[in-house]
Amino acid sequence: MNVAVLVKQTPDTAELPKVTVAEAQSGELQATMVINPWDEFAVEEAIDLSDRFGCETVAISMGREGETDALKHALAMGVDAAVHVDERVIDGGDEWATAEALAATLKMVDTGDQVELVLAGKMSVDGNSSVIYAGVACMLGWDLLVNVTRIVDIVDGKLIAEQAFEGGQETVEVPLPVVISVAKEINEPRYPSFMGIRKASRVTIPTLGSDDLEIRPSSTTRWTDLDKPEPEDVQVRIFDGASVEEKVTQLADALMAEKVI
Amino acid sequence: MASSTDLLYSEEHNLVRKMAYDFTRNEVMPIIAEHDRNHTFPFELLPKMAQLGFLGICLPACYGGAGMDFLSLGIVSEALEYGDSSVRETVAVHLALHALPIFQWGTDEQKETFLPGLACGDHIACFGLTEPGAGSDVAGIQTRAVCEGGDYILTGEKMWITLADVADRFLVFAKTQLDQGARGISAFILERGWQGLTTGTLEGKMGVRASNTGWINMQDVRVPAGHRLGEEGEGFKIAMSCLDNARFGVAAGSVGIIRACIDESVKYALQRKSFGKPIAEHQLVQQMIAQMQQDLDIGELLVWKAGTLKNQGVRNTRETSMAKWFCTEAARRAADNAVQVHGAYGYSDEYNVERHLRNTKSAVIYEGTSQIHTLMQAAYTLGMREDRPLRCPMPAYDPDTWQ
Ligand SMILES: Cc1cc2nc3c(=O)[nH]c(=O)nc-3n(C[C@H](O)[C@H](O)[C@H](O)COP(=O)(O)OP(=O)(O)OC[C@H]3O[C@@H](n4cnc5c(N)ncnc54)[C@H](O)[C@@H]3O)c2cc1C
Repeated sequence: MNVAVLVKQTPDTAELPKVTVAEAQSGELQATMVINPWDEFAVEEAIDLSDRFGCETVAISMGREGETDALKHALAMGVDAAVHVDERVIDGGDEWATAEALAATLKMVDTGDQVELVLAGKMSVDGNSSVIYAGVACMLGWDLLVNVTRIVDIVDGKLIAEQAFEGGQETVEVPLPVVISVAKEINEPRYPSFMGIRKASRVTIPTLGSDDLEIRPSSTTRWTDLDKPEPEDVQVRIFDGASVEEKVTQLADALMAEKVI
Repeated sequence: MASSTDLLYSEEHNLVRKMAYDFTRNEVMPIIAEHDRNHTFPFELLPKMAQLGFLGICLPACYGGAGMDFLSLGIVSEALEYGDSSVRETVAVHLALHALPIFQWGTDEQKETFLPGLACGDHIACFGLTEPGAGSDVAGIQTRAVCEGGDYILTGEKMWITLADVADRFLVFAKTQLDQGARGISAFILERGWQGLTTGTLEGKMGVRASNTGWINMQDVRVPAGHRLGEEGEGFKIAMSCLDNARFGVAAGSVGIIRACIDESVKYALQRKSFGKPIAEHQLVQQMIAQMQQDLDIGELLVWKAGTLKNQGVRNTRETSMAKWFCTEAARRAADNAVQVHGAYGYSDEYNVERHLRNTKSAVIYEGTSQIHTLMQAAYTLGMREDRPLRCPMPAYDPDTWQ
C-alpha cells in the first residue's frame, strides 16, 4: 500500500489580505507562495505512515507551470516523490474539474505499489472550498473520511481512524482504498531538515500535462463576478478596572450593549 | 516585483528561508516578548534549534554539522532576528564565535574533540574577549596566561559576555606576553567545572533581555596545552577572524529586524487612521517606510556579497565590516521609525517594535562599535590598512566535502 498526499500552493497567509481582485482573476499573484498550511498536516501524516508501515509516499499538486514550491516543501519534509500537474489540463475549470485531474493523476502515479490511501488537508486557505478531496473520492469510487484526528491502524486491508465531528468523536473502520482529509489535531508538522532541503532542491519534479492525462474536465461552475470585502473597521477597547470582577462586568455590559450576548 | 531572494539565492536557500522563518513565527515569536519582559533566557529553544541543525549549520557533516553554506547561516540569522535579536545572538556566539574558530584554527584533534558536541548542541559555547577595562582596544586586555609545566594558568575577568552563564565551553583570550600588545595574546578553550572558573549574569540591560549577558571570572584556572587554540601569540588574529564570522550574522540579523519593522509598520499604517484617512496616506509616514525599504534593499545586498565571498573562501574582512556597520545602523533607524509610525502604541511592549529599538542599540556597540567600523572603512579606502594572509584562512564552502 502506498500513500499519496494532495498539496496546493497558496499565498502565505500573512500576505493573503494583500491579494487583489485582479490578481485573483488572472492567477498572477504577487504574494509569496507557500504550501497550503492545512496540507502540512497531511504531509506529516503521510511521512509518519511511511515510518509506521513502510509505505512509499508521493505528493501531488496541481498548479501553474513551474509552481513547485509546495511540492519541494513536502519533499524537504520527507515525502519520497512528487508530481506536478499543469493546471492548463483543466482549462480554467472548477473544483470538480480539479478533482477529475487529480483522480486521473492518482491512477497514473507509479510508486511501485498501488496507491490505496490519499491524504488531503482540510481546506485551502485561498479557495476555502473543502470539496476537492470529496470530488477525488467520488471520481475514484473510494470511501471518504473527513476531519480525521488519528489513524489508529492499517491491518488486513482495513484502516481504523478517529474522526471528529461537532460535539464528539468516533472511531471508524473502512476498507482500503480510502480518501482522508485530516484535521489539525492529527499531528504537529515537522520542519524540513537541512538534509531534506538539500535532497528536495536537487530533485526534478515531473509535470503531467494534457498529453499525459486523458481527461475531459467538465466545469459546472464559473466565476461570474469577484469582490473583495472591505476590511472591517475593528475597534479595540481595553477595560480598566481595579479588579478582574470590575473589568468583567464592564466587558459583559459592553457585549450586551452591542447585542453580542 | 522580483525580490532579491529570487535573484540572489538558490532554491535550496529559499527552502531554508521558509523553514527558518516558520520556526521563528511558530517557536520564537509566541514566547519571546514574555522572556524579554522577565529578563529570562529561552532555554526551551535550545534543543529545538539544536535538533534542526541551527547550532552547527555551516560546519561540515564530518564534524556533526549540517554542511550548509555561509549564505544559509545568514538566512537563518535573518529569520531568527526577525523574531528577536537575543535568539540570533545565541547562534552567533555559539557557532560563529566559538565553533567556527575551532574549525578554522584548530588542530585535527581539536576539531574532532570539540566540534561534534558543539554542532549537536550537547555543549553550548561562548566567546570571552571584552574585559571591564578593554572593549574596542583589544590589545589592552589584562587577563594573563602563564605557562607552567606544559599547562597554562589563567587569571582575569571577562565582561559583557553573551551566554556567560549558560555556556559550558568558553573561548577566552589572555596575554601570554604582557609586553607585546596584540602580539602577546593567545586563545584558550575552557570548560565549565574547571577549578577557579566562575560566571555570573549582568542585570539591568536596556535590550537583548532574553539573551544571557554576563561575566567570567578566572582565578588560577589550569588549562591544558591541548586547549590552546592556534599558536601562542596568535590570539589577536584569531579574535579578529572570529569577528569576521560573527559580524556577518549580526548584519544578516539586522536585515531581519528591518524586515520585521517594515511588516509591522505597513500593517499598522494601513489600519490606523488620522485626519480621516489611514496614516499610510500621509507622506511623512510614507517617507519613514520608504527609508526602511531602502535600507532593507541595500542591507540584503551587502549581506549577500559578504556571504558569497565567504562561500568562495575570499578574505572578506572589509565587506563584512561594511555589512555589519551599515545593517546595524539601518536596523536602529528602522526600529526608531517603526516606533514613530506606531505613535504611542509603539512606545508600549504591546507591539514588538519598541523591543527591536532597544535591541538594535546593542548591535551598534558589540562586534566593533560603529565608530570602529567607520575607522576601519576609512583606513581601507585611504590605503592605510590591508589584510595580510592568515596562517589558517577560513576554507571555502565545498558542498562535496561538507555534506
Ligand atoms: C549585549 C552585548 C553583548 C556582548 N557580547 C559580547 C561577547 O559575547 N563577547 C565579548 O567579548 N564581548 C561582548 N560584548 C562587548 C562588546 O564587544 C564591547 O562592548 C565593544 O567591543 C565595545 O567595547 P566597550 O563597551 O568597552 O566600549 P569602549 O571600547 O570603551 O568604547 C566606548 C566608546 O568609545 C568609542 N571608541 C573607542 N575607541 C575609539 C577610537 N579608537 N576611535 C573612536 N571612538 C572610539 C566607542 O566607539 C564607544 O562609543 C557585548 C556587548 C553588549 C552590549
